[in-house]
Amino acid sequence: MAIKLEHVNYIYGADTELSVAALKDVCISIEDGQFIGLIGHTGSGKSTLVQHLNGLLKATDGAIYYNGKNIYDKDYNMKELRSKVGLVFQYPEHQLFEIDVFTDVCFGPKNLGLSREEAESRAREALELVGIGEEYYGQSPFDLSGGQKRRVAIAGVLAMKPEMLVLDEPTAGLDPKGRDEILGEISALREKTGMTIVLVSHSMEDVANYVNRIIVMNKGSVMYDDEPKKVFRHVKELEAVGLAAPSVTYIMHTLKEAGLAVETDATTLTEARDAILVACGCGKEK
Amino acid sequence: MEKESAKEIIKTEGLTFDYIRHDEEGNEEGAIRAVDNVSLEVKQGDFIAILGHNGSGKSTLAKHINALLVPTSGTVWVDGRRTSEESNVWDIRQTAGMVFQNPDNQIIGQVVEEDVGFGPENMGVPTQEIWARVEESLKAVGMYEYRKYSPNKLSGGQKQRVSIAGVLAMHPKCIVLDEPTAMLDPSGRREVIRAARALNDVENVTVILITHYMEEVIHADKVFVMDEGQVVMEGTPREVFSRVEELKSLRLDVPQVTLLAYELKKKGLPLPDGILTTQELKSELLKITEKQNGN
Repeated sequence: MAIKLEHVNYIYGADTELSVAALKDVCISIEDGQFIGLIGHTGSGKSTLVQHLNGLLKATDGAIYYNGKNIYDKDYNMKELRSKVGLVFQYPEHQLFEIDVFTDVCFGPKNLGLSREEAESRAREALELVGIGEEYYGQSPFDLSGGQKRRVAIAGVLAMKPEMLVLDEPTAGLDPKGRDEILGEISALREKTGMTIVLVSHSMEDVANYVNRIIVMNKGSVMYDDEPKKVFRHVKELEAVGLAAPSVTYIMHTLKEAGLAVETDATTLTEARDAILVACGCGKEK
Repeated sequence: MEKESAKEIIKTEGLTFDYIRHDEEGNEEGAIRAVDNVSLEVKQGDFIAILGHNGSGKSTLAKHINALLVPTSGTVWVDGRRTSEESNVWDIRQTAGMVFQNPDNQIIGQVVEEDVGFGPENMGVPTQEIWARVEESLKAVGMYEYRKYSPNKLSGGQKQRVSIAGVLAMHPKCIVLDEPTAMLDPSGRREVIRAARALNDVENVTVILITHYMEEVIHADKVFVMDEGQVVMEGTPREVFSRVEELKSLRLDVPQVTLLAYELKKKGLPLPDGILTTQELKSELLKITEKQNGN
């Protein structure tokens, strides 16, 4: 078991009149190697939750265990936790600062106290994982395209060799192809390294296409925690909290209501396509 | 000639813009062409969408519409005024307002209604009229009941609608929305697009929407697709979204329902190109199944 949250509460401004409960009794356990989608409307507590995973915020009460150890124990090595749980913030490219791509990616591992050789070899590995070739190493990160900058920023976190990677809306503002590329790379990365991934996203399509478990946050509490298909069965409830089902799920609902012999549980385009083909009598029968 | 151009709210002719790069001493090092010889016209009251991958020049083009940038060469007219003439800038910015991606960078007031009143106040509108404009603008985007709120307490979609109201209160003829939904959750996206469509339908404000969400574009009157600083496709959403492979090669996409219909067609279902709505797909599929049941 990689990480476990037990009855975690977090209150912003706890001692003031303006205190706001951002997390309420959150219990989650994340196993190694899972690909999790974390969804919820703006202000539902997603980002607050994510910042607990590597100890940037400390729970007002409750406990968090990383590989069985309580991270709030006095002698717990918080620095090590932060290298094990890599956090990629929204618009991570705003945090690029070095003179060239390669130096920027080396910054993290060097900061961990690794030797120059080790840091550089990790930077190389990380840049390769996100598909940034050597021809870019000497370039200023600010001269790259939006998608490339974001990849470099993600490589900076990967170079710390985290066991768990948390990405807060990694595709915001990218064009459709850029969206697919980044998500494809993250997915490949997980297959290659077995890394646990938590993807915070506002795109129901992206979540449906890539993850195998969805956690839905609402008003600081976990509303659903299940496989995508089951979560997206609750269309009305999701809409009520500012979310939605993937577009194709809506399409299938409309088609079924119109009398077409299809199930409504398709969440990806391929599933929808195959179901419609069967209903129209020209697909492979299962 | 003069009269003809009055019907167009925006017109560009050979618009070209270079970003000049400087070295550490401030000497010119080179130039990057961001917009390359774009000539287009937008009619008053149209809902226009601009698509294009990151770095295709959409935002640079948009910034010419309210004279945040002026062309390196070529000309831009906004409501008949040249943007390159310094003396027109004030009028142009009142004619064409802009809303950007990040709601948190655009709101300055402590209270929603103060924020919306900032624009007209800055223009020297009399106090009584400012309040009338604030009220009407907030009502137009469905945020009137939040007028006394602190912007911090609003969701992303609500903040974006307040930003739109802030532009609206300046009574623009045209509003440019540069990826207004990129940072929003699904309901926030819906709210903002609904507000933009209402402005266009009800208030007849010309809307220019830049987005990476193909679904937001299907109701536009016209779509421009940009690549390497040039307009490479233009047409109605149906015309543009019929060209699935071409769009994909430009790093773009089509709405999910269009893509689904396209994939079904590839597998042999007799469907027309450019299906834009679920309703269209439904009636086409029903035609197919009825035929089968008839046989």
